[in-house]
This record gives sequence, C-alpha cells and structure tokens, in this order.
Amino acid sequence: MKGEIKEAQKEITVALIGNPNVGKSATFNALTGGNARVANWPGVTVEKKEGSFTFGDTKVNVVDLPGAYSLSPYSIDERIARDFILNEKPDIVVCIVDSTNLLRNLYLFLSLKELGARTILALNMVDLIEGKYSIDEKLMEELLKTPVVKTIATRNEGIDELKRKIIDYAREEAKHLVINYGEEVERALERIINNLARVNLPYNRRFIALKLLEGDPSIVDELRRIGQEELIEKTHLEASHLETILGSDIETYLIERRYGFIEGIVKRCVKRITTLEERLTISDRIDRVVTNKYLGIPIFALAMLIAFKLSFAVGGFFAEYIDQFFGWLGDSIASYLKHLPLLSSFVKDGLVSGVGTVITFLPNIFFLFLFLSFLEDIGYMARAAFVMDRIMYAIGLPGRAFIPMLLGFGCNVPAVMATRVIPDNRERLITILINPFMSCSARLPIYVLFASAFFASHHPSLVIFSLYILGILVAIGSAKLFRQFIPSLRGKVSPLIMELPPYRMPTWKGVIIHSWMRSKLFLKKAGTIILLGVIFIWLLASLPSGAPYASSETLAGRLGHLIAPLLKPAGFGFWQAGVALLMGVIAKETVVGTLGTLFGSEEKLTSILPNFFTPLSAYAFMIMSLLYIPCIATIGAIYRETGSFRWTLFSFIWSLFVGWSISVLFYQIGRLFLL
Amino acid sequence: MLRRFEIPLAFAKEGEEYEIVGINGGGGIRRRLEEMGIFPGRKIKLISNSAGPLMLGIGDNRIAVGRGIAFKIIVR
Repeated sequence: MKGEIKEAQKEITVALIGNPNVGKSATFNALTGGNARVANWPGVTVEKKEGSFTFGDTKVNVVDLPGAYSLSPYSIDERIARDFILNEKPDIVVCIVDSTNLLRNLYLFLSLKELGARTILALNMVDLIEGKYSIDEKLMEELLKTPVVKTIATRNEGIDELKRKIIDYAREEAKHLVINYGEEVERALERIINNLARVNLPYNRRFIALKLLEGDPSIVDELRRIGQEELIEKTHLEASHLETILGSDIETYLIERRYGFIEGIVKRCVKRITTLEERLTISDRIDRVVTNKYLGIPIFALAMLIAFKLSFAVGGFFAEYIDQFFGWLGDSIASYLKHLPLLSSFVKDGLVSGVGTVITFLPNIFFLFLFLSFLEDIGYMARAAFVMDRIMYAIGLPGRAFIPMLLGFGCNVPAVMATRVIPDNRERLITILINPFMSCSARLPIYVLFASAFFASHHPSLVIFSLYILGILVAIGSAKLFRQFIPSLRGKVSPLIMELPPYRMPTWKGVIIHSWMRSKLFLKKAGTIILLGVIFIWLLASLPSGAPYASSETLAGRLGHLIAPLLKPAGFGFWQAGVALLMGVIAKETVVGTLGTLFGSEEKLTSILPNFFTPLSAYAFMIMSLLYIPCIATIGAIYRETGSFRWTLFSFIWSLFVGWSISVLFYQIGRLFLL
Repeated sequence: MLRRFEIPLAFAKEGEEYEIVGINGGGGIRRRLEEMGIFPGRKIKLISNSAGPLMLGIGDNRIAVGRGIAFKIIVR
C-alpha cells in the first residue's frame, strides 16, 4: 500500500544550509513561497523552519538549517546542522553561498562534501558580481563534483533551475569529492580507514577518519560508546606522529589545506573583470563613519531612537483602535451575558482584557521588528554590535547583548526573544534574566500616575527618568552578580569574532516576512501562557462568587490582606496595594486600573492616593512596580527562551527579592532622613 | 623591503597590510579564527584600530575581532 502511494507521489527532503547573510531565508521563501512552519529544534531554542513545494510529481520538504560557518561540533547552530545531515540524512543538501564571497563560503561547502552529503551548490546573489567578476559554473561543477546553480533568490531568479537540479540529483548517484591532504596525511587516513572497516557507524569512513585525526569530540564519543577505545588510541598516535612530521597542529594543517584547495578552485573558476571592487569601497567608506570612535555610538543611538519613536508612533496608531475594539468587545459580550454574571466577568475582565492587552502590543512589536529586520538585513546590526562591544564588555556581556536590553524599554517580551542573536549560552541566559529590569512601556502609566500625584511640583519627568536609570543599574548589577556567584554563568566575556557583511539593499518582501514570522512567534508564545495566567488571576479576583471584582472579600483581596504586612516595611502596607501589584502580574499597566477599581475611580486617583501614600512611599511603590515579578507574558517568554523551569523560577524569585529589598531599603533609609 | 618586527595585531597600524605569523591561545578561539580564514601565512589589511574591537580585511571579507584576541594574533 505504502509503496503504491510512494510511486504516485514521491517525497524527498532537502536541507538548506549556508553562512549567515548569504540569502538563505530568501532562498527558502523563494522555494516554498514563504509558507513555513516555525518551531524549535528539539531541546534547544534555535529556530527550525520547514516548508515544502511540489515539482512535477515530487513533493519536496524543505528544512532550513541554522546559519553555519563550518560543521564543527562546537557551536549549537553548527551542531544542529551537522546532526541533522548525519542522522536524518536528507536526500539533498543545498549549500547557499554568497557569490561575492566564495573564498570563505566554500569552506562550509567542503565540509558538506567531506561528510558525504549529496550537495548542490547555489551561487546566490550573482547580480552583485555582474560586470565585476565572471564565474565559470560549468568548470566549477566539474572541479567540485557537484551540481552548481546561479541564483538571485530575492528576485526568484534561478529558483526553477535549482528545483530541477534538486529533483534530478536526488535520482542520480552521489558524486564524491576527495581533497588531497598530502602524502603523509593520506597514508595515515588510509590506515585509519582500514581500521574502521569493522566499525559500524552510518557515516562516510573518510569523514570519520578525518574527524578522528582532528580530535572531534562528538565522533570520538560515539566511537567510545561502541567500544572502540583502541581505535581512538591508535588515531591519537597517528595524529601526534603527523604533528611532529608536519611541524604544526593537525587541525590547523587540515584547515589550511582546505583553504588552499578552495583558493585553487576560485582562481580557476572566477575571473575578475574590473580590478576595483566598487561595492567594497563604498562599504568601507560607510564603515569608516558608522564605526568611528566618536561617531559610532551617537549614530547607533540615533538609529535606535528613530526605530523606537517610529514604531511606537505607527504602532500606537493601530494600538489605540485595537484597544477600543477590545473595550467594545468586552462591553458587548458582558451585556449579552448579563444574566450570567460570572461568565460575563470572566470574558470581559479576564479573557478579553488580558488577551486584548497582549494584542494591543502587537502593532508596536511588529513595527519594531520591521525596523530591526531592516537594519539587520542592510548589514547595520553587525556594525552596531561592533560599536557597542566596548561598552558592553565593561558590564560583562558581548556587544550583541545591547539590542535586547534596548528593546526592553519597549516591551520585555520581544526583547527576551531577541536574545537569540547571542551565540554564547551563558551570556544569552544572563541577558534574558536581567531584561525585565529594563523598564518597559507598560510600566510608564504607573510612573505617570504617581509622579503627577506626588511630584507634580518637583520635576515629575526627572522622577520618572530616575526610575529608568534605576532599572538599568539593577540590570547591570544583577549581571555582575550572576557572573560572580552563579557557577554555571561564570566565565569571561566571549571574545568577539564576527563577520561584517557588506552593506546591501534588502527587499521589502524579505524584511516583512522576516518580521511577521517573529511577530507570529510572539503571539503564539505569549498567547498560551498569558491565557493560563489570566484565568488564574481572574479566578483569584472573582471568587467566592458574589463578591465585587477584585474587592476585599475575594481571594485576591484576601491575598492582598495577607501580603500587606510584607509590604509594610516599604511604606504601603495596605491590601489595595497588594491586590494592585498582584494584578500587575497580568500586565503592568493593570496596576493603575486596579487601583482605580479599588479606590472608586481612575480619574480621582490623583486626589485619593495622597490619603494612602506619602511621597516617600509613593516612590517606593514605583520602585516595586519597576522591579518586582515580570508580567505573565515576559515570564512566558523567559520560559520558552530558556527552556528551563528552574531559570524561569529563578528570574521570578530574583526580581521579587530585588524589588522588595530595594523598595524597603529606599523607604527605610528615606525615613531616617525625612524624620 | 625591510623585514618588519613581529607584533601583536593590537599594536599594528590602521590602513597597513600585514602577514599573520602566528596565533597564541586556546583551541576554541584559534578554531573560530581559522574558520574565518585567519591563520598563519594569510595577508590581512587592518581597516580600523581605534578603541574597542578591530576590523580586518581578508581579501574581500571584513571581520571584526575583539581587542583581547588582537593581542593573540601575531603579525609581521
């Protein structure tokens, strides 16, 4: 039965791989029409994109592998790519390279060939070399023993030919490419391969032999697992013997030979038409300005400021309507269900207002992602990391960590997601954990309320500004403490080694797809967890039934009473403050709304609050609102991005502890001075 | 041409061309550098060297390396 179906419609799997910035996503979109299922690779939070297309009678599943420079097992991304190719054995691997940058890009290609993968080489962005170089792809096909296709993925050019070659090559015999590593190494390889004859591993033998010589830990482990200690020992001797003959480290030697081979290929296949690379000089000229010692940081600040202002201006326009829509939706559902007060309250106060809050943020987030994707796709983000590296180094984080920190001022959820640009796991974790201290825009209404009620005549904007500064200081302090005292986060800042891609104009389609995918992920991730949280908090605020929503008699009110004594040392030990903070966990701006509900009306809060707070305790309350437990959406994002319940709990406890201690300290010390 | 002294890249001059003669330091960093095409024998151009990271040109590629690493790359 199964065979018959297969006959009618064949199905093959193709993996896409390439260095970062070679147009891999554009190729993926061109092949699949942009329809992708986005998920994470199992066990890690690296994005996995899958899609498909049909060509003739064959269905082709396309898997987008993470960007990689080689297939070493030392970085998560590269390990994922390698494991996928080794273990899932896709029918075809398409290696996408930047035609303007063959020398470097072909290294990954060689790694694929050595691994024995059925590889097709896609020379992407051939439009950029027009009039400057010519590439003889026929000769290349012959020398590399590989089908070669020229593409311009952003313009859909060469994609049909790529599809055809994928189908054709899947039917043909795999072609192998053997790099000659010189007499001594080849003889050693032969000996190792002979020893491998009895070893049953589903990989190419020459590949295993090479990896053993290089001392590749994951291959060594695998052999150890099947009891080949002796073989490992033998190879080890071969390697050290070779190192004495060659007078250099074996790994370095092999890499040099590979580059030597690539240089030979490029020399034979690529002819320079003009001697001067125009794009490069322009690129260098831009770099001289944007990475300048003095100008670099102001330019970056300006770019970010514009991105922020613009996305919140444009996003805010939509957000207002969405907000109104959800207000209307809540009210109309409530009036429709008025004979079922419990259900109506659940829908209006819980579901609609909770989920509505998240969706209200979507336009802001989408536009922010849009600008950031644009900056990334033109090649600027790599420069920003370059510029910020110096400052971030002092904090103990790499330059790339700066962008998520900055995003935190908008909303911590996309900020936590944006930490994916940080390759080192420990640094990524630290950046995630300190992110909630960056004061997001949802906390602003709280500051505005309290600043206008208590500091109207004492520079309210300075008071608000001081809270942002406090958040930054707490974030920096926390990062330093984590580095010092948490063993699994200890270590030096990972050194910067990064390629700066040449500037190029992205296509709007690519940028929009890029940012829409991220926004979708935000919705999906935030959505599930928020829903659960909203239901939980709503239950607290409405049970037992009959009590007015979030009033003193409800569970939330009782909890408020319960935690009030804990808040007393911070100067606001009454149950309403407790309930407001509790509700703030749904979304921070809810704090204001809850205070409004509890004290009668939101409009009169400014006159009522002074009966409960002194300026000192008001400021302490703002500190608490800034630092305590992140909102449910952020907790959800932290959980999804760390993939760890323990780290999420840690973030929860740490922020609660820091928020409480600092507001109590502030209040107590302040009292000494004011009394 | 006068034979130049071997110096860490961090002390090299902006805009000049150099040849890499060696990389001091651990396997991890060396491997990353080698994958980027930075290894002994290669000719590089130092595009910028002010405060903070350095920018190198290797052929048509532009690569940023942190100052710490620049002390470990020996050039001539």
